[in-house]
Amino acid sequence: MNNDIYTKYLALDKMPTMWCPGCGNGIVLQSILRAVDELNVDRDKVVFVSGIGCSSRAVNYLDFDCMHTNHGRAIAFATGLKMANPDLHVIVLTGDGDCASIGGNHLIHACRRNIDLTIICMNNSNYGMTGGQYSPTTPIGSQTKTSVYGSYEPPFDLCKLTESAGATYVARAATYYPLQMKELIRKALQHHGLSFVDCASDCPSLFGRLNRLGDAGQMMLRWKDRLVSIQKAQSLSEEELENKVVWGEFVNKDNRKEYCDIYAENIAKAKEAANG
Amino acid sequence: MGSYQIMTGNEACAKAAIACGMRFFAGYPITPATEISEICSELLPQVDGVFMQMEDELSSIGAVIGASCAGKKAMTATSGPGFSLMQENLGWAYINEIPCVIVDVMRKGPSGGSATLPAQADIMQTKWGTHGDHPNLVIMPNSVEEIYTETIRAFNLSEKYRQPVILLYDAILAHMSEKIYVPFLDEINVIDRPLPEGSKKDYLPFRYTDSKVQPLAPFGQGYHLHFSGLTHDETGFPISNQDLTGLQITLGHLMAKIDDEYDAHIKKYESYMLEDADIIVVSVGITSRSAKTAVRRARDMGIKAGLFRPITMWPFPHHDFSQINLVCKAVVTAEMNIGQLNQVVTEDIDRNQKLVMKNLYDGNPIRDVDILNSIIEANKYEQ
Amino acid sequence: MRKIQINAHWCKGCGICVTLCPKGVLKLEQETVQVKNEEACIGCRQCEYHCPDFAIVIGEDENG
Repeated sequence: MNNDIYTKYLALDKMPTMWCPGCGNGIVLQSILRAVDELNVDRDKVVFVSGIGCSSRAVNYLDFDCMHTNHGRAIAFATGLKMANPDLHVIVLTGDGDCASIGGNHLIHACRRNIDLTIICMNNSNYGMTGGQYSPTTPIGSQTKTSVYGSYEPPFDLCKLTESAGATYVARAATYYPLQMKELIRKALQHHGLSFVDCASDCPSLFGRLNRLGDAGQMMLRWKDRLVSIQKAQSLSEEELENKVVWGEFVNKDNRKEYCDIYAENIAKAKEAANG
Repeated sequence: MGSYQIMTGNEACAKAAIACGMRFFAGYPITPATEISEICSELLPQVDGVFMQMEDELSSIGAVIGASCAGKKAMTATSGPGFSLMQENLGWAYINEIPCVIVDVMRKGPSGGSATLPAQADIMQTKWGTHGDHPNLVIMPNSVEEIYTETIRAFNLSEKYRQPVILLYDAILAHMSEKIYVPFLDEINVIDRPLPEGSKKDYLPFRYTDSKVQPLAPFGQGYHLHFSGLTHDETGFPISNQDLTGLQITLGHLMAKIDDEYDAHIKKYESYMLEDADIIVVSVGITSRSAKTAVRRARDMGIKAGLFRPITMWPFPHHDFSQINLVCKAVVTAEMNIGQLNQVVTEDIDRNQKLVMKNLYDGNPIRDVDILNSIIEANKYEQ
Repeated sequence: MRKIQINAHWCKGCGICVTLCPKGVLKLEQETVQVKNEEACIGCRQCEYHCPDFAIVIGEDENG
């Protein structure tokens, strides 16, 4: 039952959250907590690392080991933490601006290394904390505070980006489907290697308001027609997929070695060289 | 008994760090610091340590801080351009009181400057590089052997005071080879960060009731630590912007933990022939070696010269230096920049004392004869 | 019948739950969600899982 999960994992004295009414971050965080609970791991070995932005404030409400780092740097801090103690389950909580813009370099290199981190991106396609500017995932034509004539920069597809960079688990979830989100996050957490979950989410008070998308409930309903499962997407043409958001599990493979394991082999080689 | 070995400054730095227990190194290649990475990549895995070549300097220091939070002694090494990139994350380590050692091997700047030419122009950056107020611990050795011993001291200070420590030397010291004494492991005084005792539930990662340093628990042991770049209270959670007293207390503690221990355990400088000196040369790092020769040659000429050499550069020993220079008539600063040390000592001298600046910033080391000429010039001054 | 627990201190009145509830069980009053018609609840928990503020918990079915 969720009540037990909240009591068990939330820093109750920090509640309620500072997020605006209807912000999708809380839905993602709730899904994460339920996924962690199902894992049955030693919670003392679970560490959350975040950067800067609305998404990264999530760690403020968690009763775990937590690190709220600098803008874009969560993955870098997490990499050192994981390598220094591979027994830890390191979960990076980040946003579209945090991981795909200022922290984009760390994102692709973590994927390249295939280090066993789980990166969960709360993707609300704008910078919320600073008041609603366009981000690297803002759809073309959107109104934001820095694209008053409509956003004109092509956005990233973070799933394609991380897959090409070498992540071995890549999925997209949506706050409209919270149970499936929990499932995808659970599988990401269980995956041995770099797992990335792009969580399509809403920012009603900025992106929604600036683009006249209605209230939080109406924004939530908008997803119904926009979300297309990966299975269904296979039978649709490119035109039919325009303005749709494809969700599901894109990559789940074990054909690449995990970075901590690779480094353990390096240690063995070094010792052999030193003794030989 | 240890042994005498010939090695470069960068080699001494890497080997000393590993000798005193550094087990995590993350860095990005940059001249003239790269050899530290190269040596760590070879030696660290032999002792179950982690070497990582990161994608840039921002991630290098990020990974170092992450590793330190997991309980490992961690280090990164870079030069000016990379050190500039590290500043924001360095501030995170200051406010969260995370031990780590950052080596800045100075090259001529600004910007890319001249990668292989030495300079001493990052002295002020090590003090004021990251935004906001924070304490500093910066060490400037002047020989390969001192790089070895001061690297160990850097780790000891860092672990003891839960504070990043910057080891600052230049491209000449990095690449010159000298015979040094390498102590046997049990001859090295190694300080490891104290671990908390008592109930995990009641543990606070910070303590602001006095200037003492709170023991640092590692991640993954049930303490449920919270670290944030935001100004925090003793729990580590951010405090409200309305809590002005709290904001003041956090910063006050950061400064006090260093200030209170400074005289007894942090301050370190070399005094050479200062007892009766009319002319005091102030110099650090590689330049202080030319300065020492210049002082000796001045003495041979009958000029009462002496050398004051901070080894702990920051905090600067203002109090001691203002006592030492009471009776001298002139101070000569010798440094490879446009006058950073000079600006520092200005605070400590009297209006009727002459301040002579001997500086060079063309990528050449300062020769003893040039400093000697400055001493001679200063000696002509009548108070 | 399900027991719907609302944490009024955490609720920010975003209205997502009201929009998504298929049976019109919930309503907004003074920017906080209220239970209007608990008998109609079918226990789908859409409100609970979609609540961004951890403010709704649906109890287990008392009739098993």
